[in-house]
Amino acid sequence: MSPVLAAVLQALFLIALLGVCYVPFGTYMANVYTSRKHLKVEKGLYRLMGVDPDAEQRWPAYLRGVLVFSAASVLFLYLIQRIQSHLPLDRLALGTDGSTGHNLVNVDPQQSFNTAASFVSNTNWQSYSGETTMSHVTQMTGLAVQNFVSAAVGMAVAIALVRGFARYRSGGELGNFWVDLVRGTLRILLPVAVVGALILVAGGVTQSLSMPETVTGLGGEVQHLFTGPIASQEVIKELGTNGGGFFNANSAHPFENPNPFTNIFEIFLILIIPFSLTRTFGKMVGSVKQGYALLGAMGGVWLLFVVLMHVTEFLHPGAAAQAAGAAMEGKESRFGIGGSSLFAVSTTMTSTGAVDSFHSSFTGFGGGIALFDMMLGEVTPGGVGSGLYGMLIIAVITVFIAGLMVGRTPEYLGKKLGSREITMAALYILVTPTVALLFTSISMAMPTARASMANPGMAHGFTEVLYAFTSGANNNGSAFAGLNANTDWYNTAIGIAMLMGRFLPMVFVLALAGSLTEQKPIPASKGTLRTNTPMFAMLAASVVILVCGLTYFPALALGPLAEGFSS
Amino acid sequence: MTSEGKTAVSSTPTLTAEPGQTPGKAPEPHGEASAARVGGGLFDPKMLWSALPDAFRKLDPRLMVKSPVMFVVEIGSVLTLILACFKPSGFVWGITVWLWFTVVFANLAEAVAEGRGKAQAETLRKAKTETMARRLVGGKRDGAEEQVPGTELTIGDLVVCEAGDIIPGDGDVIEGVASIDESAITGESAPVIRESGGDRSAVTGGTKVLSDRVIIRISTKPGETFIDRMIGLVEGASRQKTPNEIALNILLASLTVVFLLAVMTLPPMANYAKAPQTLTVLVALLVCLIPTTIGALLSSIGIAGMDRLVQRNVLAMSGRAVEAAGDVSTLLLDKTGTITYGNRRADAFVPMAGVSDAQVAEAARLSSLADETPEGRSIVELADTRYGFDDANGAGDDAVFIEFTAQTRMSGVDLGGGASARSIRKGAAGSVLAWVEENGSTSPEQARTVVDEISSAGGTPLLVAVRDADGARVLGVIHLKDVVKEGMRERFDELRKMGIRTVMITGDNPRTAAAIAEEAGVDDYLAEATPEDKMALIKREQAGGHLVAMTGDGTNDAPALAQADVGVAMNTGTSAAKEAGNMVDLDSNPTKLIEIVEIGKQLLITRGALTTFSIANDVAKYFAILPAMFAVAYPGLNKLNIMDLSTPKSAILSAVIFNALIIIALIPLSLKGVRYRPLSADRMLRRNILVYGIGGLIIPFVGIKLIDLLVSLIPGIG
Repeated sequence: MSPVLAAVLQALFLIALLGVCYVPFGTYMANVYTSRKHLKVEKGLYRLMGVDPDAEQRWPAYLRGVLVFSAASVLFLYLIQRIQSHLPLDRLALGTDGSTGHNLVNVDPQQSFNTAASFVSNTNWQSYSGETTMSHVTQMTGLAVQNFVSAAVGMAVAIALVRGFARYRSGGELGNFWVDLVRGTLRILLPVAVVGALILVAGGVTQSLSMPETVTGLGGEVQHLFTGPIASQEVIKELGTNGGGFFNANSAHPFENPNPFTNIFEIFLILIIPFSLTRTFGKMVGSVKQGYALLGAMGGVWLLFVVLMHVTEFLHPGAAAQAAGAAMEGKESRFGIGGSSLFAVSTTMTSTGAVDSFHSSFTGFGGGIALFDMMLGEVTPGGVGSGLYGMLIIAVITVFIAGLMVGRTPEYLGKKLGSREITMAALYILVTPTVALLFTSISMAMPTARASMANPGMAHGFTEVLYAFTSGANNNGSAFAGLNANTDWYNTAIGIAMLMGRFLPMVFVLALAGSLTEQKPIPASKGTLRTNTPMFAMLAASVVILVCGLTYFPALALGPLAEGFSS
Repeated sequence: MTSEGKTAVSSTPTLTAEPGQTPGKAPEPHGEASAARVGGGLFDPKMLWSALPDAFRKLDPRLMVKSPVMFVVEIGSVLTLILACFKPSGFVWGITVWLWFTVVFANLAEAVAEGRGKAQAETLRKAKTETMARRLVGGKRDGAEEQVPGTELTIGDLVVCEAGDIIPGDGDVIEGVASIDESAITGESAPVIRESGGDRSAVTGGTKVLSDRVIIRISTKPGETFIDRMIGLVEGASRQKTPNEIALNILLASLTVVFLLAVMTLPPMANYAKAPQTLTVLVALLVCLIPTTIGALLSSIGIAGMDRLVQRNVLAMSGRAVEAAGDVSTLLLDKTGTITYGNRRADAFVPMAGVSDAQVAEAARLSSLADETPEGRSIVELADTRYGFDDANGAGDDAVFIEFTAQTRMSGVDLGGGASARSIRKGAAGSVLAWVEENGSTSPEQARTVVDEISSAGGTPLLVAVRDADGARVLGVIHLKDVVKEGMRERFDELRKMGIRTVMITGDNPRTAAAIAEEAGVDDYLAEATPEDKMALIKREQAGGHLVAMTGDGTNDAPALAQADVGVAMNTGTSAAKEAGNMVDLDSNPTKLIEIVEIGKQLLITRGALTTFSIANDVAKYFAILPAMFAVAYPGLNKLNIMDLSTPKSAILSAVIFNALIIIALIPLSLKGVRYRPLSADRMLRRNILVYGIGGLIIPFVGIKLIDLLVSLIPGIG
């Protein structure tokens, strides 16, 4: 079978798998967030937290919940890294000379801050090497927990916005953050993670708590093969669009992602919640077709870039690549061009950031596509929760412009989009370009920051920096590789970028949800712009590319475009 | 200017220059009505010249800051101007000059739009000549007269006006009847009658009494009269940004900020790439990327929208009302005068068993003698012609006529006294039957049957009953016929396509209402409507999320006019009605509500279309400017120069010139508004996306290339 045919079949298999799960899973999630019943274990948790699960919150209270919970998480993660050497279960480290049995040292302040910000913001940017820096306690009580709850926070905020559209409450109540957080974790992420982990283990992913294996190679050199509870972390890494790998090599590592089957299953895990949430949305607003329109916009852009990525990677013009048959540098031969391209587009379009190949080694345009994927604002289909609320913001902007064109005060799902709503949406789309471009620009002006590049003086080096901040600001977390980001500047700046890129938009999303839910819905008529049509999906996709993507064009011209056109 | 100025307010005929248009005159809904769509005002290139001084005056940063997009362009222009002075070169001067053109063109658009209003205001001012008022001392009708300047009148003052006098201020006629020339404000030369009491008592300051003598109670303070407000409105002095405009401005401002950031963060990146950029180029890039087209034309679109209403002799008290008109989803239309011609005529007298039709005719005639309504007169006429009654068959001197009220919904007459006393009542079936029952009789089944028959045939039954020595009984039924205006059904079909529901309001009984509603093709009707019912209907619709528009003229319409989202008061109406509504139709033509809705929609569509156009333009500009900026450092980027522009300088200059010229090119569109046809939202969207979205993508490629062909001829640039 030719690699191209294999790639096409593999993509079709993935789409079919997603298609089968879309309806039941999306509906299930809608039931989770609308059910009135609390599970016993949930009731216990609410009592523990001192929360009345039946009390509804207005948007400021909901936001307070999000921020308090996240701030506490950042603090906890920071502290645990700073004192990890004093905690048990830390004797699994390598010494600098490669010997085992050393205590792990505490992580330095900048990197601790960076990592804390990274995991709480669902970015999972890693300026450290997982297997040698973090103790098992840090990994399990800190990072792994955040993999679940940071994803659940994203979903909670998305559901709050959906409620803003779906229901009318004169008091502006949006639901209860703590309930949404607990349910998202316990009823959605946890069960799927358990099933997913079993499938991954069956597929050959390692799951163990043993010490590193020490082997002696043929040449007599000693190697330490690290293992650990990998499958359980792998599954939530993808499912929660987190991306923080157990190993530095992430999903390219054979223990994390041993074969094409686990590869496609991991891509499936990455995409299943973001895509299915459109069904949840449709169910909650009482029209699944509204969800299909968003799905169409998300899926259309995703598919377009999957195709583009395959084309650029298969047609790579370089001499070495032509000789090898394709651009295989930095890609695992077990996944090939197809598996790597599919993974790369899916991970950069979902704010996941896990990688099974190195984006820096893609062709100039290929790396550019990965970068541009993130620049679209992580809405196609975007992160868990954040993709849906981001796409809803896009829909608001689309409805506003298109709605004017049909001669009515724009309304979406019966809610009028006045200056308050547009202000929130406009502020939302301002955040990530501002953060990404500002920090990139400052870095390019700093000699020390430029020194971190692996390819200084070249367009590729610039792309490394642009990629790092775009990844951080959009909470993707993937790295272009090459850039040494473990410096005080990058640790601090990217840490700030991640926090701003995550929580400022949430403020605007919840404020928007608050003003929407206070509005009585307007009944639709023939004069109303229909938002459940292919036409609308196409418009929303155009807005994603024209309004969000075009902002970065001058910067792209100096990075991947310069590189791509010169080869 | 002058020819434009006259149009709206003084002379109707000039307006008809636009083909198929009859603004200023009440357009009859048939015939050319479907052609009389909302189109634009005239656009005369000469207006650009005369508006030029104003355009320069508007360069004042304090005024510019109101439009954030253009304010950024102005700052950019100042920066490049400074550069051009210190480091002059053909390129820098070229960019600078065209950036300033961009700003001036934007101001020009606004100035032209305002200029049209100013000219109209000028004409109005002439009507507002200083008048002396004949005030009655002490506010008593029989008080002595004193001469005071019109400007000193206050609310509650009584003034006398006789033939030849200019009415000194707005007010209500409280005594007398007079014919008045209102052409100063309506442009209509035929005199109108104003009389005390009823719904035709309001007079406007500045209009002229042609005959008779009236006493007027002044109802507005000096400086706040109708003409004053009109001047303020058409001049745009009291113009405030409308909700949609504010929202759009926010979106445009945020796009501006995003691009400002994208450009401001560029220098370190460009320096790293060894392709440092001059400030001039950066400003040029910025101006090309921010949505200048819509930013420049936004306010002129709004002003022109109001202006289009004025040209149709409708005064909107706020831009908000015009916008709301576009959102209207329920239209309340009075049946009489709007849907039907309104002069229902008596067609037959149908007697009850044991009564002759002549008897019915006689009673009906007697009860209608004092009834000056067209229906009343038609009853008398029918009785006279068919049954030979004449003036000899009067009601007698002791007859007491009972006037029709909206509450009793009956009129009649009480004749004679003592044993020969006879009371005749005619009116809506329900009311008359209730009256009969109140007077101790049972209502005959036959009456109901006949009433139902007439109603279901689309006629209006009026019951005639009598109470005399034999007790109260129904004599018969008058069959009134009403004629639905031609072309109404088509208009309502169009409204339905636009998603607007029409509700017919009528005092008729439900059966009659249903028949006429069916004939006219309205979606719903409110029968036997009292002002309270009307109010309740509006509130019910609004509670369901609908926006309601209605017309009204009477004082009892005032609460409903105020409650409705768009309340159009007829100029002939009472000042209470005009005060309550948010628009006044100087032609007093209720059908115009439909046009008002269309103008509201057109206003929004124009904004949306130009926004889409503006955003879509960016793609081509990137293709022009980016290779020009960076191909020196990365020659591969020349592949982006798909327009094959001659040199980097020429490419950048061409993009800037295109950006400026497109504003001028679109001024007429912003004034006229995007062509509007009643279509469903889906079809309208598809059409506008095609024209303004896809068009906005393609046009700049062509435009920039053409400009480049010219610009490249300039030495030092090409």
